[in-house]
Amino acid sequence: MNFVVPDFYPAAAEIFVAVMALVIMLASTFARSIARSLSYFLTQATLVAAAFITIYTMQGEVVHTFSNLFISDLMGAFLKLMIYFSTAIALLYGRGYLADRKIDKPEYYLLALLMTLGMMVMVTANHMLPMYIGLEMMSLALYTMVAFDRDSARSTEAAMKYFVLGALASGLLLYGMSMVYGATGTLEFSAIAQAIYNQSANQTVLMFGLVFLVAGICFKLGVVPFHMWVPDVYQGAPTAVTLVIATAPKLAAFAMAVRLLIWALFDIAEEWQVMLMLVAGASIVLGNLAAIAQQNIKRMLAYSGISHMGFMLLGLLAGVVEGDRHFALNAYSSAMFYAVSYVIMSLASFGMIILLSRAGFEAENIDDFKGLNKRSPWYALMMLFVMFSMAGVPFFIGFFAKLSVLQAVVAAGYFWLAVLAVVMSVIGAFYYLRVVKLMYFDEPVDESPIHAPAEVRVMLSANGLAIAALGLAPQMLMSVCAYALLGSL
Amino acid sequence: MEFKTFVFYFLAVIMVLAALRVITARNPVHAALFLVLTFFNAGGIWLLLQAEFLAITLVMVYVGAVMVLFLFVVMMLDINLDRLREGFWSYLPVGALVGILMLVEMAMVLGGSYFGLEAMPAPPAAAETYSNTRELGRVLYTDYVYPFELASLVLLVAMVAAVTLTLRKRKGLKSIPPSEQVAVKREGRIELVKMRAEKED
Repeated sequence: MNFVVPDFYPAAAEIFVAVMALVIMLASTFARSIARSLSYFLTQATLVAAAFITIYTMQGEVVHTFSNLFISDLMGAFLKLMIYFSTAIALLYGRGYLADRKIDKPEYYLLALLMTLGMMVMVTANHMLPMYIGLEMMSLALYTMVAFDRDSARSTEAAMKYFVLGALASGLLLYGMSMVYGATGTLEFSAIAQAIYNQSANQTVLMFGLVFLVAGICFKLGVVPFHMWVPDVYQGAPTAVTLVIATAPKLAAFAMAVRLLIWALFDIAEEWQVMLMLVAGASIVLGNLAAIAQQNIKRMLAYSGISHMGFMLLGLLAGVVEGDRHFALNAYSSAMFYAVSYVIMSLASFGMIILLSRAGFEAENIDDFKGLNKRSPWYALMMLFVMFSMAGVPFFIGFFAKLSVLQAVVAAGYFWLAVLAVVMSVIGAFYYLRVVKLMYFDEPVDESPIHAPAEVRVMLSANGLAIAALGLAPQMLMSVCAYALLGSL
Repeated sequence: MEFKTFVFYFLAVIMVLAALRVITARNPVHAALFLVLTFFNAGGIWLLLQAEFLAITLVMVYVGAVMVLFLFVVMMLDINLDRLREGFWSYLPVGALVGILMLVEMAMVLGGSYFGLEAMPAPPAAAETYSNTRELGRVLYTDYVYPFELASLVLLVAMVAAVTLTLRKRKGLKSIPPSEQVAVKREGRIELVKMRAEKED
């Protein structure tokens, strides 16, 4: 019965966000008249304060607390900062959109904050239990946010699909976790790694569990063949929610992949690398080909997201070659760089759709971007940056992201995969450039001026410029990613 | 056969059959009742494993509360059974093929060899004073306090989600808040109007 009270210091940010979620819930219950703006501003303030707490409590070395269930390291801190950042921007972009449709209820911001908490828990999990609980917290909040426009049949249907498929994926993941537990006798990541290293784990059962774990991770990343929900949910959800789904949860899923596959199951990397290779190749092919046929830009970006996640996996699968682990750091940091740059591009692309939408009008068809240059040359330029960057045109951040994962894949010796990825991204450039062509060379269908609050215009411009600026100086972000991983590997 | 082994197989067979009936029963009410039976048998197996707290919780919380609530929901909702079964036969061949394939593969990989009695020796018998409930409580509030607290927040998310998605303010209701009704004064309701007396001619 010798129990030591755990050190709460490394988990200060999580505790703060959890307490603030409860405070916001109570505050918006009692201050009903100002609940909408109060909950919004409190949520934003919480995210900013949590960022400061995370920076303040950040430690160079790896620290465990809560009986080794919680891990605090530089990778976790960096991903948490990116999660606050992208959630805060997504809420900022989406606020006007939700208000126009009269669904900007205080619960929306409360759920967004609890979703952030779930992602933070996933990022800092060192044990299957908090990993799963964090995942469920994030997913439950997301399902609800997708259904937030509850009078719209389309978004209810999207939420239903997301919920049923998400529950199935959770079941697969749990089954995999139970098998890994059966094989190794522990749920803690470092202990699992130790058991595999000592060869005390039952290999067959472990492989069996691994298949289900990979399936669960792939579902959360939205890659082929677990991608069916992505286009329907992206299209059906209110654009403000699509923006949330397409950004921060991808980082959380990346963290889940790193913690489960690299922390716990690194010694059987050659096994899961083959699985990821199939998944990544299929995602890049299907994502890029299916996106060409889309008329709805949210659907198009959904397929483009599938192919981007496939690219991100290219980095994860190039870590170990025939037992040689020299490439690991380089490969995993390129995957992390890809995930972060995808989130930045995704924020700007869905932000542009929100900017062009207004009360009673959804700018969700590609044709709605026709002649944007005549309506607003500045935002057309920003959209041009986003599209070029996503297509991988040189000197935008997306180019360096693609370049670094391809370098990792070539270094690992998978030339055919690199060639496939390059060919597919050239094909994929077609649908990105089509949007650019419509913006600059077609006559506008819709002449109405673009209205947006000042902070959205400033932030969206900054976001677009960041894509260009980070493309000119990608070294900084790349070395941050490498440094964050170096401290944890 | 030892009596304990007999009880285990008895409970396990009923549990598997009941679980099968949950997904094959045509009537949702029957399916829910079979789920109750499954839970009950699972509780029995837990008792065999000397996990009495979990067994009682399963019966009390799941059978007693959750499933009864679930039954009420199923009975209240007017589920159109024919529409649910639409396309059942057209999906059956592919679904059955994939399902049986997966089942056979899983059986081949896992079989009995890895989780049999040889692979998983029985743990040493617990001391006389050992209490499963106390041990659970001790671990839950010390080593596992972090996921325990997080689980409470997940429940909060579920609650907020359910209220947000279903609470509707109905318009055009004629009810009056009782507090206002009680606070009514004579002046608020009665107005005395002076009128000239009218005479009939």
